[in-house]
Amino acid sequence: MKRKIRVLVAKPGLDGHDRGAKVVARALRDAGFEVIYTGIRQTPAMIAEAALQEDVDVVGLSILSGAHMVLAPKVKQALNEQGMDDVLILLGGIIPDEDVPTLQAMGIKGVFGPGTPTPQIVKFILQELAEPVT
Amino acid sequence: MAHPQLNTLAGLVSALLAGNRRALARIISHIEDNTALAQPLLAALYPRAGQAHIIGITGAPGTGKSTLVNGLAGLYRQRRLSVGIIAVDPTSPFSGGALLGDRVRMRDLAGDPGVFIRSMATRGSLGGLAQATADVIMVLDAAGFERIIIETVGVGQSEVEIASTAYTTVVVEAPGLGDEVQAIKAGVLEIADIFAVNKADREGADRTVMALKMMLNLGIPDKYQIMHHGRMLPVTLPLASAPDQQWIPPVYKTVATQKQGISELLEGIEEHHRYLVASGRRQLRSHLRAATELRMILRDTLLDRVLAELGTAAIDAMVHAVAQRQIDPYTAVKQWVAAYNHRPTT
Ligand SMILES: Nc1nc2c(ncn2[C@@H]2O[C@H](COP(=O)(O)OP(=O)(O)OP(=O)(O)O)[C@@H](O)[C@H]2O)c(=O)[nH]1
Ligand SMILES: [Mg+2]
Repeated sequence: MKRKIRVLVAKPGLDGHDRGAKVVARALRDAGFEVIYTGIRQTPAMIAEAALQEDVDVVGLSILSGAHMVLAPKVKQALNEQGMDDVLILLGGIIPDEDVPTLQAMGIKGVFGPGTPTPQIVKFILQELAEPVT
Repeated sequence: MAHPQLNTLAGLVSALLAGNRRALARIISHIEDNTALAQPLLAALYPRAGQAHIIGITGAPGTGKSTLVNGLAGLYRQRRLSVGIIAVDPTSPFSGGALLGDRVRMRDLAGDPGVFIRSMATRGSLGGLAQATADVIMVLDAAGFERIIIETVGVGQSEVEIASTAYTTVVVEAPGLGDEVQAIKAGVLEIADIFAVNKADREGADRTVMALKMMLNLGIPDKYQIMHHGRMLPVTLPLASAPDQQWIPPVYKTVATQKQGISELLEGIEEHHRYLVASGRRQLRSHLRAATELRMILRDTLLDRVLAELGTAAIDAMVHAVAQRQIDPYTAVKQWVAAYNHRPTT
């Protein structure tokens, strides 16, 4: 059987709006991925734990609170501590342009603003995962 | 690669037995993806399994299964029992993708090293789903989890099959799903060891309980007979249990969101567990399961072998001939078997 791509979609932080995250989760399912949706108010430790148990290839974060420069690196660090440093991390939300290079340098590879067409996210995932053939 | 030892059979097995959760997660993926390591892993772990009590939680969509699992697992943890959870959701037949959302209701269990939760998509495999689920259960069992809870949506035959992997099956009902008796689907009585009428804070819970009890009074079919249909391996079963040891499924009212009735439900599950062991039925179920499993694997193995030997061209030609009614399917298969038996020896 062909290997299925598994994606964890999570909302770290305190804001309680998960409509956008759910839309992306559904779009990723429709693109043929197995999407594990974990809901709102997730701590970085909870996200890393779920990513480990579910053995996902991708972690997608939705952060609308403006706290992305704090939360996203914390998730990355928590994943590294679990030995999951090869997981592709995506971030969606209202992210100022000047933050993007810093985030990417921290290993948050894909940063997507609100209203990004989901096929673009799908394409990004497929490209990123296609390269390192293990 | 950060963990080269998790790429080999020996590395994965020893890490799993040492309690490495990443190894556990990786092994489950190997089995789900049916990689080259899947069979050797299963072979290595099989002798270590067999200790866990396996609990199936099934019921219509939205009845509160995940919330119940969250509550049950929390109580088991208070009793210092480790819990492995498998939450199965359907794969979309259109995209092949799946949206697995059961973890949302299980957040109380986060951060507890005595709990491991895995979401699983059905992946639309032909009859292989029950086997894949059974294999993942076996891995959690070998990893040392003392209670394994498997959540499935009770709509199709495959979910019923998954439930048959469990020792104790809890069927979850909720009031207000329309006509109470209608809601209690055919087949459910046969697989239920325990009923939970969840959302008992809602109108109509008592009516659902009554409807269930009435149906149960009409007589409980012997599930071992029902599971015995079809062609089985000719096995000698280890017991004929005494007729006075009949189990009558109890009905519990629960409010999962408020953790009401959960400890009673858990007691019921443990009571059923003790009953299975004391009556010898646990052993009987293991035997039936082994017989089914062997038969299934034998069938698949032979099928793969014969088809590989024939080759796609010959298969296509025969399919065409049968479709055109130039030959009937029984004679066709006879010819295939003959061709396989007379294959050139290598
Ligand atoms: N009023 C009430 N609501 C409940 C109860 N238990 C669960 N719910 C709610 O019912 C909804 C579905 O609960 P889940 O636990 O996700 O149900 P499920 O059966 O796992 O759902 P699926 O996995 O989608 O089939 C959620 O909004 C829960 O909060 C209960 O006892 N009373
Ligand atoms: Mg559920």
